[in-house]
Amino acid sequence: MLEIALQGSKKYYGWIGALAAVILVGFAFYLYQFTFGLGVTGMSRDVSWGFYIAQFTFLVGVAAGGVMLVLPYYLHNYKAFGKITILGEFLAVSAISMCLMFIIADLGQPMRALNVILYPTPGSMLFWDMIVLNGYLLLNIVIGWKVLEAERSGSKPPSWIKPLIYLSIPWAFGIHTVTAYLYCGLPGRGFWLTAILAPRFLASAFASGPAFLILLTFILRKTTKFDPGKEAIQTLSKIITYALIANLFFFACEVFVALYSNIPEHIDHLKYLFFGLHGHGVLVPWMWTAMILMVLAAILLLNPAIRKNETMLAFTCLILFIGTWIDKGLGMISGGFVPSPLHHVNEYVPTIPELIITVGIYAAGFLVLTILYKIVIGVKKEVAA
Amino acid sequence: MENSRRNFLKVAGVAALGVGVKPAVNVLSAAGGGETPAAKVAKHENALTAKKWAMVIDTRKFESEGDLDKIIEACHSIHNVPDFSEIDTPERVKRHEIKWIWKEEYKHAFPGNENEYLNDRLKYLPFLVLCNHCEDPPCVRACPTQATFKREEDGIVLMDFHRCIGCRFCMAACPYGSRSFNFRDPKPGIEKQNLDFPTRMKGVVEKCNFCAERLAVGKKPKCVEASNGAIAFGDLDDPNSEVRELLRENFTIRRKLSLGTGPVVYYIV
Ligand code: SF4
Ligand code: SF4
Ligand code: SF4
Repeated sequence: MLEIALQGSKKYYGWIGALAAVILVGFAFYLYQFTFGLGVTGMSRDVSWGFYIAQFTFLVGVAAGGVMLVLPYYLHNYKAFGKITILGEFLAVSAISMCLMFIIADLGQPMRALNVILYPTPGSMLFWDMIVLNGYLLLNIVIGWKVLEAERSGSKPPSWIKPLIYLSIPWAFGIHTVTAYLYCGLPGRGFWLTAILAPRFLASAFASGPAFLILLTFILRKTTKFDPGKEAIQTLSKIITYALIANLFFFACEVFVALYSNIPEHIDHLKYLFFGLHGHGVLVPWMWTAMILMVLAAILLLNPAIRKNETMLAFTCLILFIGTWIDKGLGMISGGFVPSPLHHVNEYVPTIPELIITVGIYAAGFLVLTILYKIVIGVKKEVAA
Repeated sequence: MENSRRNFLKVAGVAALGVGVKPAVNVLSAAGGGETPAAKVAKHENALTAKKWAMVIDTRKFESEGDLDKIIEACHSIHNVPDFSEIDTPERVKRHEIKWIWKEEYKHAFPGNENEYLNDRLKYLPFLVLCNHCEDPPCVRACPTQATFKREEDGIVLMDFHRCIGCRFCMAACPYGSRSFNFRDPKPGIEKQNLDFPTRMKGVVEKCNFCAERLAVGKKPKCVEASNGAIAFGDLDDPNSEVRELLRENFTIRRKLSLGTGPVVYYIV
């Protein structure tokens, strides 16, 4: 089926070329980072994880979000998702490949990455994260590919694919849970040390992932005349509504516990993020923007009329996506490191090389996504013809 | 080569256990190491040993900040800890800083215990802080490669610089900020290299090692030596050791006990 990805319009090749150019620039800056060391980023002794790990965390969520299509379609036989489930699976493939690239970009000694396998350490959450992420990547590649192949040849997918699909459902929950466990089991990091972290990660994932998917289907419809079907979009928008509200509710629970208990270790991070601490507060405008966008999106989504209006729906999905991205891809990681465990306030701001490398990785992810979606659309066209 | 440092430490441990010189050397050759410095260490019969090394810092014995600076300088110079202040901008120097032992005010060393009306000496006197060689170290739990590990025979939390992948999970896990990362090649920041101790490469984490390399040749940690008796070092498991004596006689505090990490660095205030 790969050959489908090679036959495209000028526009398609233009887009691929543009992505490739961005990837190359990103890679050049990565080589610079590789030679000098991670000192080219804004990270420091106190904020030892930054933009890369934050993007990784956010994208694990996007990947897990695909399960919101897989689950209704396969477990509840919800036919309306039949056409787009594959889009969810391939979105997961692209998101996880970005996650893996972000991890590599974040390693001080990337050439030694295999040490995680050579010296397996089941006590470390990072070990498990590596396993679940690679497993999820593999599952989605195999499932997506086989199902698509079957669709192309007009046959049924092989019978061994069913158990894999069922396995992929809890696995999706697993990847984001283990990712949350990276953070929430660390003593002395009050911001993350909360049992709500994994549920909150999942809720925000199940809002941002499907929201992104709605946007993608709209783009596909514009560029390729692929029609996801009205019902599928409407159902997705309802799923997003519930997930977003759950995310806001979980966050409110967290804020209540921190504020009412008034325990400094928990409250200080929230103070830093939303009001600034000891005169430092680069993230304050961002965090308020995130909150306003998420609350606004929730209010809009609660209106059936707005959900049904596709322009409004697209707008809402966009602000929801931006809101959750700031919340997780910006605030969640820095917020946990400031103030430091010794209560110093050293802020983190990503540097230009760091941002360019990040954009390069996103471009690589989009390249994967474009190629996979191109194949999907190609197959669907063939079958329809 | 990859494992030489780890073997060196193991060998030092075997030697420390009193198993003797010969098996220790065998371990080394069996692992294919055969590096001379390690062999030299293995032959040392007067290595200092303990079941559980611990430190007691008597803050009353420090008279000025100068006393502390001397100790810090002593540790950092023998361990090839770089200082970039001559070769980079202040902002980057701060971000790339590496420190094994350093000064913190009471409110930072013991956050959560701060007291507005604290006596002036304690309020302004800096405390020396370093890795606590925790009994249940979160950094070891977090490390995905066992590059950070606890040496069972004496409780020291050590690092294998050749195995570390630089994921910095241990830095997020350590609640004491004891760990530093080589954000760049440290060599340009090392003024006078101590050839008896390895320099690190960019991209790995490092921290105080309780001077395991000195214990192996029968010497107490450098900071202890440079402290004029203000820092004591000994076996927590031995009721007659100097540290146990000090703990019996004085009221001591440790950092962030509520986290259950079990630090073995004690402070007399
Ligand atoms: S103080 Fe930090 S680095 Fe040292 S053993 Fe404890 S957790 Fe690990
Ligand atoms: S940075 Fe090195 S020592 Fe720290 S957790 Fe990662 S591999 Fe282990
Ligand atoms: S014990 Fe050794 S390594 Fe640790 S602070 Fe003292 S001198 Fe430095």
